[in-house]
Amino acid sequence: MCDQTFLAIVFGPCDKCSKEKPLRPVYIKSEQLSYCSLCVEMMATEGLRENETLASLKSEAESLKGKLEEERAKLHDVELHQVAERVEALGQFVMKTRRTLKGHGNKVLCMDWCKDKRRIVSSSQDGKVIVWDSFTTNKEHAVTMPCTWVMACAYAPSGCAIACGGLDNKCSVYPLTFEKNENMAAKKKSVAMHTNYLSACSFTNSDMQILTASGDGTCALWDVESGQLLQSFHGHGADVLCLDLAPSETGNTFVSGGCDKKAMVWDMRSGQCIQSFETHDSDINSVRYYPSGDAFASGSDDATCRLYDLRADREVAIYSKESIIFGASSVDFSLSGRLLFAGYNDYTINVWDVLKGSRVSILFGHENRVSTLRVSPDGTAFCSGSWDHTLRIWA
Amino acid sequence: MTIGGPRGRHPRLQMPCLRKMERMIVSMQDPDMGIKMRNQRLLITVIPHAMTGNDIVEWLIQKYGISEEEALHLGNLIVKHGYIYPLRDPRSLVLRADESPYRFQTPYFWTSTKWPATELDYAIYLAKKNIRKQGDLIEHEKDNYNLLHKRINHTWDFVVMQAREQLRAAKQRRKGDRIVIDCQEQAFWLVNRPPPGAPNVLEQGPERRNCHTTRVQLNMDYYKREIEYCRKAMARTRVKSSICLEGYIKFNEQYVPHDPIMSGCLPSNPWITDDTTYWVMNAPTVTTPTKLRVERWGFNFSELIMDPLGRAQLLEFLKKEFSAENLSFWEACEELRYGEQSRIAEIVDSIYQQFLAPGATRWVNIDSKTMERTLEGIKTPHRYVMDDAQMHIYMLMKKDSYPRFLKSDLYKNLLAEAIIPPETKKRVFPFMRKQRHSSPSPALLLPAGDAEERGRSPSTAPVPEEES
Repeated sequence: MCDQTFLAIVFGPCDKCSKEKPLRPVYIKSEQLSYCSLCVEMMATEGLRENETLASLKSEAESLKGKLEEERAKLHDVELHQVAERVEALGQFVMKTRRTLKGHGNKVLCMDWCKDKRRIVSSSQDGKVIVWDSFTTNKEHAVTMPCTWVMACAYAPSGCAIACGGLDNKCSVYPLTFEKNENMAAKKKSVAMHTNYLSACSFTNSDMQILTASGDGTCALWDVESGQLLQSFHGHGADVLCLDLAPSETGNTFVSGGCDKKAMVWDMRSGQCIQSFETHDSDINSVRYYPSGDAFASGSDDATCRLYDLRADREVAIYSKESIIFGASSVDFSLSGRLLFAGYNDYTINVWDVLKGSRVSILFGHENRVSTLRVSPDGTAFCSGSWDHTLRIWA
Repeated sequence: MTIGGPRGRHPRLQMPCLRKMERMIVSMQDPDMGIKMRNQRLLITVIPHAMTGNDIVEWLIQKYGISEEEALHLGNLIVKHGYIYPLRDPRSLVLRADESPYRFQTPYFWTSTKWPATELDYAIYLAKKNIRKQGDLIEHEKDNYNLLHKRINHTWDFVVMQAREQLRAAKQRRKGDRIVIDCQEQAFWLVNRPPPGAPNVLEQGPERRNCHTTRVQLNMDYYKREIEYCRKAMARTRVKSSICLEGYIKFNEQYVPHDPIMSGCLPSNPWITDDTTYWVMNAPTVTTPTKLRVERWGFNFSELIMDPLGRAQLLEFLKKEFSAENLSFWEACEELRYGEQSRIAEIVDSIYQQFLAPGATRWVNIDSKTMERTLEGIKTPHRYVMDDAQMHIYMLMKKDSYPRFLKSDLYKNLLAEAIIPPETKKRVFPFMRKQRHSSPSPALLLPAGDAEERGRSPSTAPVPEEES
């Protein structure tokens, strides 16, 4: 059978001017037409003639966004707290600091749990990255990065390596070794390269891939072994500050939040943005999926946390209080998703009832901004890191 | 949101909280609903329009319906940011919930108005102090003074002249006004030039939105993409809120008993009692799982397959049904999806040989269309080439084998034999704390060479063996 996959030069009547000329394929609104070269030229410059200025594009984008919000609102027939009225209210809530990890000489910026439910890795402003057994509070490993402000760190799923990065614009992987005389920094592998600071990183389901977010406005997926860029994600209008991988069984999406006030959901395979939400008033510092994977929460400098549902395609709850005026830097759900823990820049941690929308408790203890907060893998506790140089385990 | 200023070399203050604080301050001064201010006596001088620390805390409690602890905390932050200053002991920006007098900072000195504080202004302030105290400045102020003297030496005459003029003008004022202006200025500089050891509330992280190194251009392409995204998004199918939100209620019902923070955990939460039995009993591979764990396998297929123990039980069941190759195939596909880039061709070939080739020992039953597509795709192997086939097999296990598993004797026996650990009460005498044992690090479990092997297989949690 004749294979017509090569470009055949066709001679015939132009679809636009009807003159008999050599024709070229041209795609207009997903339809393939055949134009003569003169008409192709005219088409290409039509854009300019129609005054497609930057300003008019921007305003068209704005008005479309407004229409999109209207569409989204059409199926919004009930509020979350109304549906949650029949759920039992939470009783008295007591959580205390059970461990205090002291050892960083400067602001703690990020932390992550190991899958063994007790080890954590934490990074700080002075470049130190420490691995602790937080149950005993012993430090097990320490490495000093060649840069300051290590804003991202992550524990590998196997527990055998950690990744970190910050103002060096890179994400590096360090295998964890217990061999004496072994310098951890010697085995360091540089994986990701961005053109601005690294704000977040996370391993996917294995030690072999890392997802990163950067101040250069992009996210990227990397192969650890070779350092190869597997996929990049463009779409944010400013620095990307956070990301979280979906817990879905078919695991192929992640959400990111940025300084453009947008939270965007991406398809890891194609690099396309699947969904986008823009209801915050300021930078989004943290995003975290609801345990079922059907929603995610975000914490922002506008002092609110919000819940976005992916199937309803809209914001479904706002967690805010007039007395809370400082930004939320980090959020995470309890195992059942009933509680949302949020660390704030006013040194406190607020605990929210996700369903009813009310604040359950406020936790004091830190003496400076809470910069990072993660619930342990089995939900028995959560860890908070702060600019007061310490980490605390709460249960 | 950043506070004003042109884009350029000046770093910008990224604190939307300041605007909100200012609104709070304004409402505190509301003639009807605000704090009742009165004259405060400071030794022999009377300062008008002042309030006590107690007044501030009470007002915050009333206005926002918060506890005293929270009100004190919030009030302290307002003072630390220089919006309210103490009249007594003005060198310490701390809110005391007693009769100590405080005043509102003048908007001229608001942190957001005058940011960033210039070196020139600071020099003038220190020069004034220097003159007034005849050289007897505090340690760090003396250091700063000398530093500035060196750095902006060329303007020093101007600095000293301004200082002298301001001092002269101040002498013309009433004592009360003088004290107030001094306190205002001092509070401002405590915020903008904190003494060493004191926290710097204006410190921010690395600068955001530095347009010089960003990859983002807000150009025509960017907006064209946004427009295209909006058009696509308008057409997408959405689910009614009432249905979505019901999902949360159901999820909550199912999972709350399994949430240790909400419902506690048996025998006890290791973090609270220092007893690690809970972790030992729930280790990834344990002989007899707990009841809660086995119940959770019944929630959905994902819970079963993602738990190493659950997955092992599933394998046993599938063996009985002669469809164990499905699970092995799925695992091999996961290895492909999350594996090393360099091994892709090798893994794809291995999968083909084991599961897809005609006459393969563990041939998987995929529908002909998917099989055809997959075989075609294998010719140019890539990470996602098995996605369709993997999804097909996953759905097969989920919709077909899983419901049967839940009804099987195997599962019923697991439930029956599962343990419900007895509760361990928290120790009454806290000083007889149980010794906290360390556990072997996951990085230690295999010799160094094998650590890479371990890293390759996805979703295997490390298996720490606890000392009892």
